[in-house]
Amino acid sequence: MSLNETLPLLVLISSLLPGLIIFTLPEERHGLRSLLNLVGAILKLLLIGYMLWGVMHGEEYVFRHNILPGLDLVFEADALAMLFVTLSAALWFLTTLYAIGYLENSPHRSRFFGFFSLCVTATVGVAMSGNLFTFFIFYELLTLSTYPLVVHRGTEQAMRAGHVYLTYTLGGGALFLIGTVWLYGLAGQVEFTPGGMLATLGPEYTGQLQIVFLLLIAGLGVKAALVPLHGWLPLAMVAPAPVSALLHAVAVVKAGAFGIVRVVYEVYGVEFAQSLHLLIPLAVAASVTIIWGSLRALFQDDLKRRLAYSTISQVSYIALGVALFGPVGTIGGVVHLVHQGIMKITLFFCAGNYAETLGIHKISEMDGVGRRMPWTTVAFTVGAFGMIGLPPLAGFISKWYLGLGALEAQMPWVLAVLLASSLLNAAYFLPVLHRAWFRPRTEAWPEERIPMQNGCETAWLLLIPPLVTATATVLAGLFAASAISPLDWAKLIATREYLHWVP
Amino acid sequence: MFDPIPWLILLPLIWATLAFIYGPGRGGRLAVAGLTLQLALAAILAQQIVADGARVYAVGGWGAPLGIDLAVDGLSAVMLLLTQAVAFPLAFYARAYFAGNAHPLRYFWPLTGYLLAAMNALFLSADVFNIYVTLELLGLAAVGLVAVAGGAGPISAAMRYLLATLLGSGAYLLGVALLYGVYGSVSLAELAPLIEADAPVAVSLAAALMMLGLMLKTALFPFHFWLPPAHGGAPAPVSALLSALVIKASFYLILRLWFDLFAPIVNVTAAQFLGALGAGAVLWGSLQALRQTHLKRLVAYSTVAQVGYLFLLFPLATGVSSEVAASALQGGVLLVVAHGLAKAAMFAAAGAMIAATGRDEIAGIAGVAARLPLTLFTFALAGVTIMGLPPSGGFAAKWLLLGAALASGQWWWIVVMVVGGLLSAAYVFKVLRQAFLPAAETANFKPLPRMLEWPAFLLALASLVLGLGGGEVLSLLGAA
Repeated sequence: MSLNETLPLLVLISSLLPGLIIFTLPEERHGLRSLLNLVGAILKLLLIGYMLWGVMHGEEYVFRHNILPGLDLVFEADALAMLFVTLSAALWFLTTLYAIGYLENSPHRSRFFGFFSLCVTATVGVAMSGNLFTFFIFYELLTLSTYPLVVHRGTEQAMRAGHVYLTYTLGGGALFLIGTVWLYGLAGQVEFTPGGMLATLGPEYTGQLQIVFLLLIAGLGVKAALVPLHGWLPLAMVAPAPVSALLHAVAVVKAGAFGIVRVVYEVYGVEFAQSLHLLIPLAVAASVTIIWGSLRALFQDDLKRRLAYSTISQVSYIALGVALFGPVGTIGGVVHLVHQGIMKITLFFCAGNYAETLGIHKISEMDGVGRRMPWTTVAFTVGAFGMIGLPPLAGFISKWYLGLGALEAQMPWVLAVLLASSLLNAAYFLPVLHRAWFRPRTEAWPEERIPMQNGCETAWLLLIPPLVTATATVLAGLFAASAISPLDWAKLIATREYLHWVP
Repeated sequence: MFDPIPWLILLPLIWATLAFIYGPGRGGRLAVAGLTLQLALAAILAQQIVADGARVYAVGGWGAPLGIDLAVDGLSAVMLLLTQAVAFPLAFYARAYFAGNAHPLRYFWPLTGYLLAAMNALFLSADVFNIYVTLELLGLAAVGLVAVAGGAGPISAAMRYLLATLLGSGAYLLGVALLYGVYGSVSLAELAPLIEADAPVAVSLAAALMMLGLMLKTALFPFHFWLPPAHGGAPAPVSALLSALVIKASFYLILRLWFDLFAPIVNVTAAQFLGALGAGAVLWGSLQALRQTHLKRLVAYSTVAQVGYLFLLFPLATGVSSEVAASALQGGVLLVVAHGLAKAAMFAAAGAMIAATGRDEIAGIAGVAARLPLTLFTFALAGVTIMGLPPSGGFAAKWLLLGAALASGQWWWIVVMVVGGLLSAAYVFKVLRQAFLPAAETANFKPLPRMLEWPAFLLALASLVLGLGGGEVLSLLGAA
């Protein structure tokens, strides 16, 4: 096996193996566990750095293993895969740091970090899948490895959330499976190919292909939390903060959105999907989700719940960008995959900091928290402004390209959706910021667990990750035009997807 | 040249007899040694079959019709390998499970030996009458094993099981007699070319009787009444053997009859009828599993449901193109293997949890996630195969069956499979969920010996790896 074949496997193993070892470690081996986690995370980042360089220079990283006759397990690190892999590896590293600080002295840490690593392995597998079958395998593995994380606390509420989560995701997985088997029956191996691979099927298959598309998108829509399949997400926020952060920013929700990108661009092909009249309904579904999520977010007092509804709304930007026919919309959708990730993880880190340091869970308890925890609140503010789409932050870049894409696709009503959504974002984030910065504190904190020491507002392991991601949010916006920005990579992907497209 | 075929039958007979003479202590060691050899022999045989194809062995140099022929092809090699691969780790498990409990152990090893000998002989038999003999032996050994622990519950379950198994082999024997009356032969190889589409009514009657008897023994819905008390009430190693292997033996015979012997006279209506019973089993078994309050009962009803999946392969493989039929048959056999490994692991894990907590209700396993992580992990891995989720062997099997259903346009079986999969997820997670809850104040966890955890884990792992290496099993199956 050559190096280019082994690299995708090594990327998977770099989190799988530490995870499996961690399961066997006794609770008190705190140091060894953290070491394993960090070594795995850093190793993965290094491997991915090497592969990024290679992909830019036209190297191909493909691993292929035959499972059953006519059925291969394929890992392929193409441009789109690398975008998602890089995002998950980088955020995994930060979340691991955060989780080490967050779970200090809480029970069942070996179990937690074990499943945490499995979850990242599954996400990376989803990202690097080279065909629909491989994608499905890791998509379901993701469900299984996140369930123990959702119910980690073992409370009645967590158990209920886990139950709802499974009902939704396994149901969605079953739909996705039927769609996948159907496509394999029609077209043989469904490899992810830039420009799609189904256009060769004759017009007599149109009806079947439309049904399959519906099945696949419904299966993916559960994880991507498209309305009305979003019911599990607000409940799942009972999980510990690092889990919520990962779930909302990279793992589960993003796997669904990423799957939509793959299915539209590399299975159906965007032009073929357009000719089957599939993109408009997707755009409508995404728009409804964007507005509905924002509206519901307005009425939540629980901070994490409000963020969860905000995720529902924001992730659908990706689906919306995918559904806008034309390269500019594609760029907007794909780049938002990264931008939403870094912004949302910042917000969840901060929410976790408030809860862990001062016991603040509700927005109505946040009066004056900016004075007590200035750095966390700065990070929170950057994330919130990014979500609203203020220039020059990352969220602005996404919205700008989405708006241009809407005009290019001749769907001006999408502009109205974007505008309404931005206003709603402002309406549910600005009051939070106002409370945090401008309201005076009149009573004691609900439960102060980490006292102020040496001018540090909370444990440094909890503080570094949100600051890093907040900085990234600023940089991704400021230097969007540079050659190493997510935007530039999204443009590379868009050119490859529209290779055959003549406007 | 040395031939593994007769030794696969003789070895278990020898160690079973010795175990009876020398008692449980030395008997257990003999069993482990014997099973190690058997596993190696089955692997060698499988390799020979892949390399040289199917073959016939004349016992003592006297072939049929005077003597007895033994025959091996891909399908029987798969079954032989599965049998030894499941029994081998279970032997270690049983030694730990029965440690310090000499009474059941005294009969456990001899009965297990005879059970395995009968099963290996069944897979190797080349005529319908020898099959009857091995079937009867297998049934009696299995009934003995259910009763091995003594007590009112197991004895009454064993009696019920005895009734079912005797009825089943009786019906089968009637069918054999009818066949002999019409054609004057009992050899599978000789009968197969004689049976044609315009065979007399007596042959159809024989086929129906034989199938009916075997369906009763396989516990296909609605003939499953005997299974939950027998499998749920027996000691865990016995439940594992019965659920993983014994019902598969009669299912193997159904496959033989349907695809080899009676292929010319089977029709689509009969296949759809079998499929409908299978669908009934999937739904009824899963719903009943969901309602159980006792852990092993739940696992036993899960077997009822999984048997239903196996029978879905008949409508998918009958009256369709040969490609679709081949993929349905492959899916069915893969499911037999996957379920065998996973169900053995599941029963063994359930037995370990019950041994540790001292309670057999599902409610009693709260806290297991913290105290017995490996055993719970085993249960979950086995559950992945039972649910048919990737990357397990159960998933690969389901993929092939779903593909066959789509290709032949029989969408109603897809609905059954998907709904059954979701229901099985519901009952597997019912157990896992309970295990994650905090333990009761009064709970008293006994530490478990390693051998009560690791063999089950390896079985579960094997069922999972099967999903990635399913191609190997299929190439063995395809060896003609």
